[in-house]
Amino acid sequence: MTVAGDNGKQAQRKAAMAVLAHADAAEIARRLDPIALPPFENLREPENGLVMLRGRIGGDGAPFNLGEATVSRAAVRLATGEVGFGYVLGRDRQKAQMIALCDALVQSNEFSQAVEESVLTPLRTVLVAERDRRAAETAATRVDFYTMVRGEG
Amino acid sequence: MYVAVKGGERAIENAHRLLAHERRGDCDVPELSLAQISGQLSLGVDRIMTEGSLYDRELAALALKQARGDMIEAIFLIRAFRATLPRFGATEPVDTGQMRVRRRISSTFKDIPGGQILGPTFDYTHRLLDPRLAEGSEPEAPATAEASAATMPRVTDILGRDGLIEPSPQVDADSAVGDLTREPLSFPADRDLRLQNLARADEGFLLALGYSTQRGYGRSHPFAGEIRLGEVEVEFMAEDVGFAVPLGAVTLTECQMVNQFKGSATEAPCFTRGYGLAFGQSERKTMSMALVDRSLRARELGEEIIAPAQDEEFVMSHSDNVQATGFVEHLKLPHYVDFQSELGLLRKLRKEFSEAATDTAAPMQEAAE
Repeated sequence: MTVAGDNGKQAQRKAAMAVLAHADAAEIARRLDPIALPPFENLREPENGLVMLRGRIGGDGAPFNLGEATVSRAAVRLATGEVGFGYVLGRDRQKAQMIALCDALVQSNEFSQAVEESVLTPLRTVLVAERDRRAAETAATRVDFYTMVRGEG
Repeated sequence: MYVAVKGGERAIENAHRLLAHERRGDCDVPELSLAQISGQLSLGVDRIMTEGSLYDRELAALALKQARGDMIEAIFLIRAFRATLPRFGATEPVDTGQMRVRRRISSTFKDIPGGQILGPTFDYTHRLLDPRLAEGSEPEAPATAEASAATMPRVTDILGRDGLIEPSPQVDADSAVGDLTREPLSFPADRDLRLQNLARADEGFLLALGYSTQRGYGRSHPFAGEIRLGEVEVEFMAEDVGFAVPLGAVTLTECQMVNQFKGSATEAPCFTRGYGLAFGQSERKTMSMALVDRSLRARELGEEIIAPAQDEEFVMSHSDNVQATGFVEHLKLPHYVDFQSELGLLRKLRKEFSEAATDTAAPMQEAAE
């Protein structure tokens, strides 16, 4: 595979993870259900841990440690060899495992289209709708200034 | 000789049983769920996450329930929990410029690109108790309007374009970031360590210190350049994956204070900055943090250090409410032996005092006779 192809695949995996991280574990499971999943094994048993969240001084300066967050991670390998990783905020280990499974499926020529259609596209639709709803509610609280003119010219 | 005293196990056990009973309150009243606490006491949960220094809404809600609403006890529980998990590493620094903003205001410019967005705020409410909440009522659905696709630059970025404000300090990408959870504090402390300390510091302590700067104890002439609240995506560079993995989003509040200007013979005067960042919707906290961050820059900016809020050792050593409560509250634990020794000493001193008084009184008596 070319370098450009690798980058394209990586971007695709990252985009999938960005959607999955925001979805409920139950929702991912429900969307995966219709797909006849290939056998897989855990490369890393799902586990909980922490990451140190970093901010930047002034928003755009040198980094500093803001505080930690709980995370879960997992890794799986499909029988066909693809290795998938799941990292996600929170303590839901099963969700990390399902993200890892989806990541492996995204890399598989056989399953990538099915995952895109049955899992990622519908989850993305839900996510975008939720973001749009919040954005519309927020927009209604935007201040419209007007100027009051007193007296003549 | 050292004499150990044992006992009280049954009393302790029964006290904790009684505590659990009192925590539950009247059993005819439905029990609080974590979802209720997280959803309806959300600012309390945000404060526990911020000062507990752990982003996990569900755990913070559990801590608040277990602590019977005592914030500092809840923060203590969270700090203790975080010590039980391994740390996988540090995230990429979050980009608050890319925040999905839910509130964004500036007290320095009326017309800022993206506008003034009030969001869910207590500001401009009349602070009158609302009896409808006592009865339980369904709130009106939020109003909606068409969202603008325009980006929302930080106010400090706008000022920075004309050089009117100092740029944020920069470092090489591979420089180490100070971490007070790994190395004990030493002074003088750099700004990264100070901000980490202030981020987990007690809100009340920072509020009082920030207030003291406004009242003249280390004045820094602040304006709230910008306050923003919203969701920020987090990425983690996972070595095994080979690229920065999206972890999901966290809710953050950021405050940029714009402070009195500073110049020198070689540099044109420009505004200086104070910075605040916290988990959740924590506006008072981030404003106080930004005030104190700025006042703690006294040394760096060549200002005279005359006030408590400018003294980094004083501020950083007393800002942590878990440490503070540990030392204050340990006074109620048995100090029987310490106290016995003090009591013995005091009795001896009093005896010596009264003997000395008798000795001096006696000759006077003789003289009088």
